[in-house]
Amino acid sequence: MGKHNDQPDGKRRQFIGGTILAAGAATVAPGILLTVAQATGESQGVSSDVRYGMLIDTDKCVADCTACVDACDKENGLDLQQKPKGQSDDDWNAQRPQWVRKVQLKDRQTGDITDLPMMCQHCEFPPCVDVCPTGASFRRADGIVMVDRHTCIGCRYCMMACPYKARSFIHQNVVNQLVAAPRGKGCVESCNFCVHRIDAGKMTTACQDACAKEGHQAIVFGDLKNPESEIASILREKNSRQIRADLELNTGVRYTDL
Amino acid sequence: MKKMHFSELWCSSPRYWGGLSFLAFLVLLGLGAFYHMEHNGHWVTGMSNHLVWGLPHVFAIFMIVAASGALNVASIGSVFGGPMYKPLGRFSGLLAIGLLAGGLMVLVLDLGRPDRLIVAMTNFNMKSIFTWNILLYTGFFAIVGIYIWTMIDRKATQYYTVAGYVAFFWRLVLTTGTGSIFGFLVAREAYDAAIMAPMFIIMSFSFGLAFFIITLISAYWWAGRTLGEVRLARLKHLLGVFVGAVLYFSFVYHLTNLYMTQHHGVERFILLEGGIYTVMFWLGHVVVGSVIPLFLIYSPAFATSRFAIGTASVLVLLGGFLQLYVIVIGGQAYPMNIFPGKEVIASSFLDGSIVQYTPTPAEGLLGIAGMAVAVTMVAIGARMLKVFPDSLEDPAEVEHA
Repeated sequence: MGKHNDQPDGKRRQFIGGTILAAGAATVAPGILLTVAQATGESQGVSSDVRYGMLIDTDKCVADCTACVDACDKENGLDLQQKPKGQSDDDWNAQRPQWVRKVQLKDRQTGDITDLPMMCQHCEFPPCVDVCPTGASFRRADGIVMVDRHTCIGCRYCMMACPYKARSFIHQNVVNQLVAAPRGKGCVESCNFCVHRIDAGKMTTACQDACAKEGHQAIVFGDLKNPESEIASILREKNSRQIRADLELNTGVRYTDL
Repeated sequence: MKKMHFSELWCSSPRYWGGLSFLAFLVLLGLGAFYHMEHNGHWVTGMSNHLVWGLPHVFAIFMIVAASGALNVASIGSVFGGPMYKPLGRFSGLLAIGLLAGGLMVLVLDLGRPDRLIVAMTNFNMKSIFTWNILLYTGFFAIVGIYIWTMIDRKATQYYTVAGYVAFFWRLVLTTGTGSIFGFLVAREAYDAAIMAPMFIIMSFSFGLAFFIITLISAYWWAGRTLGEVRLARLKHLLGVFVGAVLYFSFVYHLTNLYMTQHHGVERFILLEGGIYTVMFWLGHVVVGSVIPLFLIYSPAFATSRFAIGTASVLVLLGGFLQLYVIVIGGQAYPMNIFPGKEVIASSFLDGSIVQYTPTPAEGLLGIAGMAVAVTMVAIGARMLKVFPDSLEDPAEVEHA
């Protein structure tokens, strides 16, 4: 290599070609090893004749009651997630997945206190679906918004776009999970209206059942398009609100007395 | 004008390989950091469900934005017909490719599932500006590659002008796309503004040119070649215009927000009460990144001082990085107004509260490795290809560029 002139030897083309080839191989190789499962069976045959939605009566929602949150955690295996060794409680609280959370609000004018559960609002025009580069974030024909964890690349753009902060990223290794609620480190997830129950023919969500069991009955789940359904008839009778209605997302989750 | 002669950048082997080894060391550190974050999961970073994009994204966006700006010098040479800039076109393209590669590497290695890159390349949601950016970035490599080829290979010079126009158009669209990543976030008060796209374009002009000036001075010093005062002065004055323009856009962006009552909260946070973000904005972006460089550029005392030009460029980059930090991190730290008219009293999910974010060393190392990749690509490219003119002596008669 002791050449003292401006001219390198004539292997540049070979080197450039080799480098491009190696970079290409490094990009594509992990994908070839990746097996993408195909969704079949129950998830087929979802119809746009129904639109699932939820109505929350905030008057019936009780402060300090976390029955809906606990039920959701159990139903979707969130309680199986473990705090990584050496992580502080504050960090774990900011990083652990939460599909439903209880929020207490005070009206700035009247001082009225409102309690409510907050989760994915299952928008008709979901910003998370708009921004997802791979289409992993999607809306089913029946209105349920969810994440295909086989194609989620963990970019978190959906979390940036969601106006309701409804999504969680799996920050830690997944030790245990349920068959009904698969989970992947490095993927994003959120409330999916207990889609495994809906697809198995049940018509209630875990949070709704838990709330009813406590005797509060603040949560009603059902088909917004069916005029006979309980949710549709209450919506006709009572005034309800969408959260951030100004964004015109036509949410599937509505709140009364908010 | 005298005919330009280009040659590969040569310096003694120990110096060259020593430099490359240092860069390789930085890249290795970054890859170690990537392995640490990927193996354990993102809990080892400062990012959370509330602050989802952290320091790696600031590095990545910084380099991607600067990449399209670095191409500006070439564009001035071919699209706007500036003969003083034309000999710098090849290096301008090389630097653009290097910076984009470095930025993309950081972005990809911070994904939750970097192993699924192939999914991002085979599943496209055309409504997502992210998807458009994937296509724009890939296209940028190809177009700038061809552009450099038309500059270097005499057989391809007939396509030079066309390639120049295509590259110029493409880089504008690319930065519009990068700015729109934030501009399209309807729910977050710090973003959701159409001005984000043009602001990112002007930021790219400024950061890209600062990178260009620093690397140009370093390369000519490194190889012991001549770099004339007039050409450097041209670049310097152009940088001054760009720095001023960034400051203007920043001013208009905040002024618009200050007019809208619903944005008063986030403006109060960034401009007055945001702690570290407020300091970064005023001291970093405004003073260090704009006022001091403008003084160094326009003060007659430093008219021909190469040190002043270099310092101004470094400060522009530092201020620009902090400006992006305020936009990306500060914009997320301020809580979203999910319940207008209500105050959040209690929430297990940090609703209504300012989010704390402390980046971990691993995040920083990954970002620095991206920079090292950019410099490595430029160093290897300049050694292998004829990108630098043998001499950039001032022409006897200075043409009007």
